[in-house]
Amino acid sequence: MSVDNQVIAMRALDVPAAADGNTNNDRVPKMVVRRLNFFYGAAQAVYDVSMDIAENRVTALIGPSGCGKSTFLRTLNRMNETIPGTRREGIVLLDGVDIYRQIRDVSTVRTRVGMVFQKSNPFPKSVYDNVAYGLRVNGVGDPSIVKPAVEDALKRAFLWDEVKDKLNTNAYMLSGGQQQRLCIARALAVWPEVLLMDEPASALDPLSTSKIEDLIAELKKNYTIVIVTHNMQQAARVSDYTAFFYEGRMVEFGRTKDIFTKPAHKQTEDYITGRFG
Amino acid sequence: MAVAQHSISADTPAVGGTTRARPKSPGRIPKGLTFLATAIIVMILAAILTAIVHGGVETVSWEFISQPPEQGMEAGGIFPAIFGTVALVILMVICGVPIGVLTAIYLQEYTSPDSKTTRLIRLAITNLAGVPSIVFGLFGLGFFVGFVGSGMDTILGYSGRPVWGQPAIIWAALTLAVLTLPVVIISTEEALRAIPRELKDASYALGVTKLQTIRRVILPEAMPGIFTGAILAVSRGAGEVAPIMFTGAAYYLPYLPHKLNDQFMELGYHVYVMATQSPNIERTEPILFGTVLVLLVLTFLLNLVAIVIRSRMRIRRVSG
Repeated sequence: MSVDNQVIAMRALDVPAAADGNTNNDRVPKMVVRRLNFFYGAAQAVYDVSMDIAENRVTALIGPSGCGKSTFLRTLNRMNETIPGTRREGIVLLDGVDIYRQIRDVSTVRTRVGMVFQKSNPFPKSVYDNVAYGLRVNGVGDPSIVKPAVEDALKRAFLWDEVKDKLNTNAYMLSGGQQQRLCIARALAVWPEVLLMDEPASALDPLSTSKIEDLIAELKKNYTIVIVTHNMQQAARVSDYTAFFYEGRMVEFGRTKDIFTKPAHKQTEDYITGRFG
Repeated sequence: MAVAQHSISADTPAVGGTTRARPKSPGRIPKGLTFLATAIIVMILAAILTAIVHGGVETVSWEFISQPPEQGMEAGGIFPAIFGTVALVILMVICGVPIGVLTAIYLQEYTSPDSKTTRLIRLAITNLAGVPSIVFGLFGLGFFVGFVGSGMDTILGYSGRPVWGQPAIIWAALTLAVLTLPVVIISTEEALRAIPRELKDASYALGVTKLQTIRRVILPEAMPGIFTGAILAVSRGAGEVAPIMFTGAAYYLPYLPHKLNDQFMELGYHVYVMATQSPNIERTEPILFGTVLVLLVLTFLLNLVAIVIRSRMRIRRVSG
């Protein structure tokens, strides 16, 4: 059913299923983006981006600051709608369903497509309450459900062993890396299918960064991950696919090993070899 | 426009721009001036406090604060005025703070801050804060007592003596609530503005609706700021006389207010009538000073309670 939807949507748009013919052919993409344009008022930030996001894979978005990659990321769970005065054109499908037109309730979109931000942003609450927040607000208040769910989310975020004895301390007492993994646990607690990460390790020390990267490698078994990063090595290490953005356009998109070893575009090559950016 | 530019341009000899003797040690004169200004403020406050405490300390006793006035208010205590003031302020907070907080939430969370409507509303609020309090008193008399109160009497079918259409504690509290609204709105808005965008994003990204985000993240975060607003409102409201003199305050009442449409005695108003209407100033002067002292202490106490509650909330949020 989802596949049908997708095919219909694509035919309607008359856009080839794999934008550059170099995306994965082995399975149906988890998310499909077609001809996405995004505007802040009159200024256009994203131009005509089409992309397939493979299931249970890590897709990295790279590019210089202001190239539209974070903006693009935020259109994948409709977080862009929290900024007034913005406008979007184009289609974003999740399992073949249009998240803008066919899913009325934005909460449904955002629980299925979770997000982790650049700056760790725990609530000024206890570790436990932070993770339980998404469940409680969505109507799951029964401690016999919440408690194991919190434990499970913390384990999946590789944080349980460090915080199991301080579940009731304030989240601000944790270290920066722990706070970021707490935010990941918080996002995981509502059982998303896709996880968007906006430079999740850019504010962390090398050790915490490597923990996050290990975590990403583990998480992709169960989740589809899209990560924005400024760190070339990180993109090369953690991702299966890489998209290079420049001035609001997606210049190149393909398997990470191809992008990093034989980029098709001069701009991509210049960027990943550090000649600009 | 041209005039404004003219006066700030550097090469124009504007006011104070004429040749000045360069101070021998730069920094000493500005420091001296600012210190002098500060010293004046502190001295004025000290003078006021000394006068009040000196004049009132002998009058204030347990009897003074627990007994009603006697002998045509030339003796006895001021308990009804204390009771009336506290009741008035509590009613004012109950009526005013929720409206102020909701207004601030609307302005901060539901409108874009630069839109024309928002700026117009904000301008209206700022202007409301600048209206003299006697105008609020007249407004309260005309609107709450005359229009709302009398209207209620008509609708409820009370004929003869007015039940609601007369000065009463509820009308005085509502008038004060309107007077203190800008304070509540502005400090709540500041608190809301200080909440990091990331915190709201975290909630929205979990699929949480705006309303629930406001309830569970934004409001708890803004609570200390809201309390500050309430504190400021209480400090302001407890000392105002003009808004309540037409809307509910009484010169003397043999009973305590126990219904919303009762009149009430109030400390500030009591001071006013003692100072201006008393037939025997010499006899009532100690009572006057005592009342002022009590009013001052009561305001300080109300502030203190609110500050303690606020700082407790902060501690709980950080350590719990």
